Amino acid sequence: MERSLSKKFRNNVTSYAFLIPWLLGFFVLTVYPMVYSLYLSFTEYNILQPPKWVGLRNYFVMFGGNKLYQGDERFLNSLFVTLKFVFISVPLKLVFALVIAMVMNRKLKLMPLYRALYYIPTLLGGSVAIAVLWRRLFAGDGIFNLILKNIFSVSNPPSWISDPRYALSTLIILAVWQFGSPMIIFLAGLQQIPKEYYEASAVDGAGKTWQLFSITLPCLSPIIMFNFIMQMISAFQSFTQAFVVSGGSGGPLDSTMFYSLYLYIKGFGFSEMGYASAMAWVLLIVIAALTALSFRFSGRLVSYGSGE
Amino acid sequence: MKKITKDHISNTIVNIVIIVMAFGMLYPVLWLISASFKVPNTIFRDAGLIPEAFTLQNYTNGWKGIGIVGFDTFFRNSFIISLFCIIANLVFCSLTAYAFARLEFSGRKIWFGIMMLTLMLPGHVTTIPRYILFRSFGWLDSILPIVVPKFFATDAFFIFLLVQFIRSLPRELDEAALIDGCGKFGIYGKIILPMTVPALITTLLFTFLWTWDDFFNQLLYLNSPQKYTVPMGLRLFLDASGVSSWGSMFAMSVLSLVPCFILFVSLQKYFVRGIATTGIKG
Repeated sequence: MERSLSKKFRNNVTSYAFLIPWLLGFFVLTVYPMVYSLYLSFTEYNILQPPKWVGLRNYFVMFGGNKLYQGDERFLNSLFVTLKFVFISVPLKLVFALVIAMVMNRKLKLMPLYRALYYIPTLLGGSVAIAVLWRRLFAGDGIFNLILKNIFSVSNPPSWISDPRYALSTLIILAVWQFGSPMIIFLAGLQQIPKEYYEASAVDGAGKTWQLFSITLPCLSPIIMFNFIMQMISAFQSFTQAFVVSGGSGGPLDSTMFYSLYLYIKGFGFSEMGYASAMAWVLLIVIAALTALSFRFSGRLVSYGSGE
Repeated sequence: MKKITKDHISNTIVNIVIIVMAFGMLYPVLWLISASFKVPNTIFRDAGLIPEAFTLQNYTNGWKGIGIVGFDTFFRNSFIISLFCIIANLVFCSLTAYAFARLEFSGRKIWFGIMMLTLMLPGHVTTIPRYILFRSFGWLDSILPIVVPKFFATDAFFIFLLVQFIRSLPRELDEAALIDGCGKFGIYGKIILPMTVPALITTLLFTFLWTWDDFFNQLLYLNSPQKYTVPMGLRLFLDASGVSSWGSMFAMSVLSLVPCFILFVSLQKYFVRGIATTGIKG
């Protein structure tokens, strides 16, 4: 008894020795910053003077204010722009990823090459270089319009980047273009579906559409869910593309003012670190709520195998 | 015989569709590469992919960079940061992953759950306090705020990826090594690490890509042009440039993509497998 207890103790000591770097990082670089950022969110802090306690003021200001404080319309706008971006770009990206994964699931000689080609936009898409390119492609005199005019005879195409009605859609196109990671995950999922399912249903006379809805999609549902949540979380945090394409302004007329970009401008441009911390906490709550909601909703739609 | 022909035709059609679509998708990148070789004043008149007149002028001009700082400095800085991040992630994420995947200890499930939660934590919550912390250390305008956190296994994604991979490895080898008198650290170094190479390569590749392309942290922490990285250099170019320097800008953009591309092509085999591993059991 005594011996086994001390063995267990020694086991724990060696195991935690392996975890020391991660644990240190977790407490110093995650837990402490989280607590401190929660505290800052109730203060006014410009980094030069010590933080000044203002209670819930930052939160009141964000959501329309009250009699004492004016609301922050730019904040609400940035939240709205980001929600719009997330809920248009993520589903589009997933549909794209799934359709192409199904095509890529065929047995063709050149398939490894094709998969690599289709991954290239994702490989390069997060870079400043591509964001710069995008800014030129969708400029009024850019290549996209040149193609619209010359090939599709559109006589008066809009100047995408500088038109508040269309600027966000160029960023959505850029995001959807990078469908590579969910595509590969879908592909791995498709390859796990037993061939017998399809053979059996074909014997029963099922058509391709029927197979898609009764075999492929149900079998993939956990993976669709996984992809949706991961893509949603990262879309909420998009920064580089909006920053570069709008030249750091979120313009025109704040139409590409992503949440992250506004947080950066508030915190590091205007040195309103307390306000920016409050914004970070609102983002955390929004993401946590939407994730929880998707888990809840998916409970009814996602099937994790037959369970025999 | 007849069926084979039918399959053959449908495969040919699929091949053609895939190639045409790939071309459409890659057109912007191809155009960028071609534009970098075009004479500057023809760049925007020409949507075609073959330059009317071929020039290397954009590359030589771009390489000089801006003012006193050339693009060679930006590339060197980017490589140094990426190298440190890669080494740190490979060592410390695999160490952590080994503990979670193989060791039995009190509280393992709880810590693992917490680690998974940090995977979903938006970075913004920690950004400002970390900035204040690193500022108080006097680390601003250095690579330390970008590199040091990696030495504490802060990238939960890679821990998760490596845990998934290590769990799929047979336990018999660990047990055999244990009987042969190998300690836990020995098992990690001699048995687990060599078998985890495919996942480690994925980690290497992703760490490189994300560090190389990371703009937010570099924007936050690097202030003097001598310390700038490639993304910062490109952005500096963008701000300073009139219409005439778009050629140099594109040339440097192409150069900035080359390392990602080379690494991807040479490690592609592992890459696809690596992402797929995370997904299936996720």
